[in-house]
Parts: sequence; C-alpha cells; structure tokens
Amino acid sequence: MTPFGQVAGVAAPMMAPNVDTDVIMPKMFLKGVDRSGLGEGAFNLLRFSGGRVNPDFILNQDGYRDACFLVVGPNFGCGSSREHAVWGLEQLGIRALIGTSFAGIFNDNCANNGLLTISLDPERVTELASVIADRSRNDVAVDLAAQTIRFDQGRRTMPFEIEPARKEAFLTGRDFIAATLVYADDIRAFEARHRAASPWMF
Amino acid sequence: MAARTLYDKLVDAHVVRNLDAAGLVLLYVDRTVLNEYTSPQAFAGLRAAGRKVWNPGAALMVVDHVNPTAARRVRVMPDSAATRQVDYFAENARDFGIEYFDILDPRQGIEHVVAPEQGLVMPGMVIAAGDSHSTAYGAFGALGYGIGTSDIEHYLATSTVRYRRLKTMRIHLSGTAAPFGVTPKDIVMEVIRRIGADGATGYAVEFSGPAVSDMSVEGRIVMSIMIVEAGARGVVIAPDQKVLDYLKGRPRSPKGEMWERAATSWLALSSDPSAKFDREVTLDVSEVAPLVTWGTSPDQAIAVTDDVPDPVQQAEPARKAAAMRALSYMGLTPGTSIQSVPIDFAFIGSCTNARIEDLRDAAEIFRGRRVAAGVRAIVVPGSTQVRAQAEAEGLAKVFTDAGVEWRQSGCSMCLAMNDDVLSPGQRCASSTNRNFEGRQGPGARTHLMSPAMVAAAAVTGRITDVRSLLGGSHQ
Repeated sequence: MTPFGQVAGVAAPMMAPNVDTDVIMPKMFLKGVDRSGLGEGAFNLLRFSGGRVNPDFILNQDGYRDACFLVVGPNFGCGSSREHAVWGLEQLGIRALIGTSFAGIFNDNCANNGLLTISLDPERVTELASVIADRSRNDVAVDLAAQTIRFDQGRRTMPFEIEPARKEAFLTGRDFIAATLVYADDIRAFEARHRAASPWMF
Repeated sequence: MAARTLYDKLVDAHVVRNLDAAGLVLLYVDRTVLNEYTSPQAFAGLRAAGRKVWNPGAALMVVDHVNPTAARRVRVMPDSAATRQVDYFAENARDFGIEYFDILDPRQGIEHVVAPEQGLVMPGMVIAAGDSHSTAYGAFGALGYGIGTSDIEHYLATSTVRYRRLKTMRIHLSGTAAPFGVTPKDIVMEVIRRIGADGATGYAVEFSGPAVSDMSVEGRIVMSIMIVEAGARGVVIAPDQKVLDYLKGRPRSPKGEMWERAATSWLALSSDPSAKFDREVTLDVSEVAPLVTWGTSPDQAIAVTDDVPDPVQQAEPARKAAAMRALSYMGLTPGTSIQSVPIDFAFIGSCTNARIEDLRDAAEIFRGRRVAAGVRAIVVPGSTQVRAQAEAEGLAKVFTDAGVEWRQSGCSMCLAMNDDVLSPGQRCASSTNRNFEGRQGPGARTHLMSPAMVAAAAVTGRITDVRSLLGGSHQ
C-alpha cells in the first residue's frame, strides 16, 4: 500500500448518507482482471450524464475538480465488497475520506490500499463540510503523524483519533502479507491444534 | 471464564495470535468461496510476489456474477470482457490447484447457494469470502463475512486475515409470523427499516428467539444475507437439529463416526445464557406486514398497505435530501399508495431469494394465473441443483404456464453484471437485497420485496399485497 504522511489539497463535500459502492464504482467497470481504468469508473454515473459532463456533480465544479479529500455523510461505502471502489477513488486522486462512519468492508479495503479514512463526531464533520462548501476556503491539510486536520486557510485545526496499529501501517505503507508470513510457524501450529479439535473441517 | 457470546467463542477458537493490545488478531479462516470478479487482482498479486496458496483444498471457485442465464447454456460468454475474466479465473484455479465449478458443472450456481448445498459450510467455522453476502453462513452457526480483494489475497497466501473484534448485537425475534405472506425477507427488512442502513455497522449480529427456531434453515439464510444491508459485518445463529438435518448426507458433510463427533460438537455451540451483548434489538414478528422499498436504500421501506412517505417528516437535513433524491430517482410522489405503482419487470433470483423454498412460495402465487400484460417476469434459480429440483417438483412448469421465463442459474439481475439488465426508467419488483441507484442498470428502479410479493406484482402488474391473492379461488 501507498504510505500516507502529510497531504494537503482541496476537500469536497459529499454529505449524502449511505453512498454505496454501486455508486462509487458502477458495475460496467468491474469486468477487468487488473486495476486499470477505474479512475474513469469512479462516480461515473454521477460525473457523466448521457455522455456529457454533469455540472451538478461536486467534483465537476470549479474549485473542486482536483479534490484529494472528500468530506462524506454517514455509512459511506456501504454495499458490495468490490475493492474496485477504493482503487477508483485513488485513481481519481482521492487520498483521504473524512466522515462519521464508514461501512466495514469498504473501510478495510481503504486500509489495505493506503486510502485514509478519518472518523469524527457528526458536529465536527458538519463544521468541516460547512467551511469547505465555501470554495475560497476549501483547502485542507491532513497530518497523520500529528493526527490533525488543518482547514479554513490554516486558521483552524481539529484532532482525530486513529488506532496505533492502523496509523503505523498507513505511515509505513506495509505489505501485510509479508508481515503475516513472519508468523508462518504460528499458523502451522494453530492448524495442527485446530485439526485435532475439529478434524471434520479439513 | 466469563460468559461469552457465540460470536466471541468462534473468534476465540480461531485466533492464531494477537497483533496488538486493542483486539487486532490474526484470525484463521477455515474456508472461502471465490468468484470471477473480486478475485483476479488477488491472484495477480500472488503471481507478482511469487506466492502460493496456503491451503488450496479450503477454497472453491464458482462463476456466478457474469454468466448469462439464457436457457441454452454454453461455456463461451457473449461478452469479451466476461470471457477474459472467466478464462483468467479458470487459469488461476488450474495454476493454484483450487477446485473449480464452471458454468456447465451440475454443482454450479451462486456461491452462497452452492457452498451450503455441497455441505462446505459447517457450524463452528470461520468463512470469509470476497462477497458482502458471505454473512449467509451465519445461518449454520459459522461466522461468515465479506472481504475485499486485498484480504482475499492475504487469505489465499496465509489462510488468515487481520481481524479486529466487532461489537455484538443480539436481534431477538419473538412471536409467530402471519401464516402466509410474511416471510423471513419481510422480517429482516423490518429490522433494517427500524435500525437503519448503518444500524449494525461495526457489529456482529446474532439472531435468536422462538421465531428463529421456528424458521427453516433457508429462511435463516435469507435473514443472515440481508442483515448485511444494515451494515452487519458477521452473523451467527446457534445451530440446532434443523441445521443438522439440513447438513446430513450433503456431499462434503462428515460421515459415519466423524458425523457423530461433529454433530455433538455443533449442538454445543451457543451463547452462554448470561452473555452480554453490546446492543439488543427485539422484534415481535406477529407485527410484521409484507414490506416493500420505496427508495434507493434498503432501509427506505414501508408496509405494502402504506403510502409513499413525505420527506418533510425527516428532521435531519442530509436524510431529508437523500429521501427527496430517492423519490425523484424512483419517480414517486409522497402520499401515493404504494399498491397503485405499476411495474415493468419482475425478478425472482439472487443469493437472498433463489432457493427452493423461495421458488415454491412464488409458484404458489403463479399457479393458475398469468403474468400481467406489459410485464416481463423471469425466475433465475440460485443453482443448477435448485433448478433441477424445481423442475422435478413441477414448479418450472407452473412458471412457464404463467408466462414467466425459466432461466439458468446465476446472480443475474441482482447486480446485473451479465446481460440481464433493466433499461433506464424501468421499474422492477425484485427479490434481491439492494435497490441502489443504477444497481439493476443505469436509471433502473428497484423495489425490494419477498419472492411471493414479486409474484403477486407480476400477475397484477402493480405492487400488490400478496395476502390479497391468498385464499379463495384463483382467477
């Protein structure tokens, strides 16, 4: 996964609740065997309408086209387990999502790819969303090591929580499989005990 | 030892080692099922790193999302991208030594139908797979949950996943459901409506209570699959004699003395009586009516006897905006009786509702009736075995006599990744689990309901209370 340190850029508000992975990555883009072309797929049916750019969609509007943060509504990423949604957001240039809650599989997929998800209290998310809705004040800087979000042209800062193991993984961009294979002997020992206890499972 | 929930017992029994002090563990996964669209990049990752599959015998590969459902089945896909996906899938099965059911295999079908059918799902297991509806396996007292492609790759390479313990929620179902017309689908939709589309996010759900004991194993599967639409990241139901009866004699179920040992162990799996859950939800199922969604999120549902709600009743601004957008997308006006809404299409299928009991329910309504003029209705069985059984029981003939198309098995129009797709603006009564914007095709409008309710809508041409078609003589 890509390491995440300090990232600064434009944030776009997308406050609808329950934005699902069918919307983030429509099914037409799921027929590949690799990760290519998913930047085009991300929010495709919202970004384009009848082959034309949809001017109502936030990421098509002046000041938000190059957003690298999305400030989102509750339960973002619900629905299908398709990791293509996360790959597509990354290919679109999104580095972090800031919201109240993220759906479980989607949140894990983000963590496995270096797309940071930051959970804040609803009041904080609303405060951030209202500031960045003003396109002259839509700049945000996220410092993962310091666990802070700086916004409102650098005038305001809010802290965020993140589990230490998750933070470490984001900062270093770890290969989780290599890290787990260090414990190969533990896995084999577990398997032997498990097989003895429940032989019908094997 | 302190009283534990069944979920905690299953996790404890699969911890290879703790990874941090906050509950992150390396969790052993007993089994997975792979499909053609969430697995390719995982295998590509293994190939790139020169890694092997830790335990190829614990996995099964099934094509289910992209395959056509046309009556005459051939191995070649009509679409070149799907062909490439299926070819790569078969190549991965061969190169990594994993069992593979291709689309002509008599055991093939939707992964969540096939795995239990083959006896691959056993109580006490942990089963993680690359599809959100892997919660299905909770119906057997296994911990089932969905994972993404990176976690599939991690699982394949190590037989484990990095796992953080969830909070626990017990959903206690009391009472007795109405004798006909109210199904496990309606019960779980009522739960989702009450707790919301994120009501179980961060939780593992245990269903319990007399209404669960009364329910068939297939009905429990429906609830275990569908509760993921409230965000549940794992489901368990304590196994009972019904589960044992379901599993006995299945191709991969243990036999002889091993069966006796397994069965004894399985019946001992349950939450301790004094175990504490982080959240408790109770529902008296006798209060549940047939449900139907009006919006674009599975929690936007009403009783079939109700009117389309007015977003003005929503106090919270973002939810109000979401409701208004949903009504606009669905082409509905507040205050309209949902039973006056005409449909263009009826779909019975998907991992939620394409098992034999679902098809029997639907056939009950179709028997002696015809699909209404202007409506196209299709039934897509959950597996080739379900299809064969439905033909043996005469259900297929009931469908075709009623003017319903009888198809080959697959995921089909649940997510419409194959050639079964709705056109923009078409309105579908659907036995599936998701009514998201664009789910069944760009601009398509989906109303979720039980298979019997879909059949009722198909024969009347509009959303209909299935109970009005029961009793008395057919047309």
